[in-house]
Amino acid sequence: MSDVAVGNLSSAPASRHRGFARGEQASDIIFRGVLYAAGILVLTLLGLIIILLFQGGLPVLYAFGIDFFTSSAWNPVTEKYGAVVAVYGTIITAVIAVVVAVPAAFGISFFLTEVAPPVLRRSIGTAIQLLAAIPSIIFGMWGFFIVVPLMAAYVQPALASTLGVVPVIGTLFSGAPIGTGILTAGLIMALMILPFITALFVEVLESVPPMFKEAAYGVGATTSEVFTAVSIPYGRTAIVGAVMLGLGRALGETMAVTFVIGNANRISASLFSPGASIASTIANEFPEAAPGSLKLFALLELGFLLFVLSFIVLAVARVLVRSRLET
Amino acid sequence: MNDISTSGLIAADRKVDVDAIDAGIKILVENLDFFYSGKQALFDINMAFPEKRVTAMIGPSGCGKSTFLRVINRMFDLYPGQKATGRVVMDNQNIVEPQVRAAVVRSRIGMVFQKPTPFPMSIHDNIAYGIKLNERVSRAEINERIEWALTKAALWGEVKDRLHTSAIGLSGGQQQRLCIARTIAVKPEVVLLDEPTSALDPISTAKIEELINELRSEFTIIIVTHNMQQAARVSDKAAFFLLGRLVEFDQTARIFTNPREKSTQDYITGRFG
Repeated sequence: MSDVAVGNLSSAPASRHRGFARGEQASDIIFRGVLYAAGILVLTLLGLIIILLFQGGLPVLYAFGIDFFTSSAWNPVTEKYGAVVAVYGTIITAVIAVVVAVPAAFGISFFLTEVAPPVLRRSIGTAIQLLAAIPSIIFGMWGFFIVVPLMAAYVQPALASTLGVVPVIGTLFSGAPIGTGILTAGLIMALMILPFITALFVEVLESVPPMFKEAAYGVGATTSEVFTAVSIPYGRTAIVGAVMLGLGRALGETMAVTFVIGNANRISASLFSPGASIASTIANEFPEAAPGSLKLFALLELGFLLFVLSFIVLAVARVLVRSRLET
Repeated sequence: MNDISTSGLIAADRKVDVDAIDAGIKILVENLDFFYSGKQALFDINMAFPEKRVTAMIGPSGCGKSTFLRVINRMFDLYPGQKATGRVVMDNQNIVEPQVRAAVVRSRIGMVFQKPTPFPMSIHDNIAYGIKLNERVSRAEINERIEWALTKAALWGEVKDRLHTSAIGLSGGQQQRLCIARTIAVKPEVVLLDEPTSALDPISTAKIEELINELRSEFTIIIVTHNMQQAARVSDKAAFFLLGRLVEFDQTARIFTNPREKSTQDYITGRFG
């Protein structure tokens, strides 16, 4: 339909009156169709997953109603199920992970972008990428065999004798130092999301135009002052986004957590005590859930909850990002 | 040949009694060499910047004039592999010595960049930031200083009602004047201007030039510019750089009417660039 090649221009002067092809090029129509399909595929998949999880969990809602979200029971024998323990464990471990990982990620990323000599920059950058490449299950095994004993022998007793005696927050760091538990799970997870958040932070910091930093140095700021006054504010939206993405990852992290969280269906004020997260509960119980059993439905409902939780985190991230943009 | 003062081209709107030679020396540069990771960018620069005068640095791109500015306020320190040898003396102190604290140098020798660089905060905070870094002053004093700096920078009238809105919302010319206000709010003795109008429209450029004329009574100003007319309009002395070397340094009137070196002549008449 439009076979007017560029080469014709010079070779055929008569083609000056050849007119213009009308309508869209066929290749463009096809290309656009393919792109549309790719885009819609995402929507379809997401929709299907939501529907499946929601439907799968429905029988539990029929059986327990709203109680499912307020009960901390998890008893396959009496067939009583509740989500509170798992949701609590999920949120607490993820928060610990973020609280530990974010300052470290700030330090590493600022070191890499501002302070490190090129040699160190490359080797540390590579090490962080490799850290991200370690499969979750290896973190789990390492956590279980190396970190848990260390936590029990040194870290938890030390925490108990220092932070543990402080009023109010002391309860968080009290109890038997058994190694496995919420705190250990959170720390392992912090390690796992650290490379991810760091990589995002590095990207953010690298995108700060050098001129802005120089401008701050130019009024006599020191490196740390430039960091807090220019680099962070400049990238704050992206930084909030990165933290939220890290939190999202932590919420869904399964294997490593399953290894070290202790898998006990209880809520305790102490971070030393074993607990469970949504993902670890599903991973532990799924093999034993018979098709059609209430337990399976409860697990599917938990999956749905996890999905909703992650969705909320993302939504909050967006709201935060937007509200900060306006100020 | 020596008939400089009658040239109507130069500084027609300015008092001709400005004698750059008679001014005291603010910064003395001796045997300065500069290297970018081994590659030499400045060769044996020797010159004296007169106090409370405007010195223009001109020359084709890549001749080292911006590099020279970055040496003077130690900005090169931020980048590993950049090294200066020689002396840049201010107040009997060689300020390119690593022992001299760069942050202090930079608060006494302020800099304004090619493109406006407002910090991502309010107009008020932009200026307050530099002040708070360097001095302990009361809130009232800071506000006073902000008004002073903005007035000096001919921006007060335009922004006084929106000091607490983001500086990013200002126009390019306003942003640049804000940056100048921010720089002088720290009360530096020397202000470096690195092509401060190259990203601005003619009207904003005219305002900045006016501003430079205003500031000359209080600050030693060193301006890098690609605009010959600008250099002629605003400066008392001018230095012509070529390939990392200082070719000629003299009163602006002489540089533009009667340069000693042929390459200076060729450059200012546009024969190469």
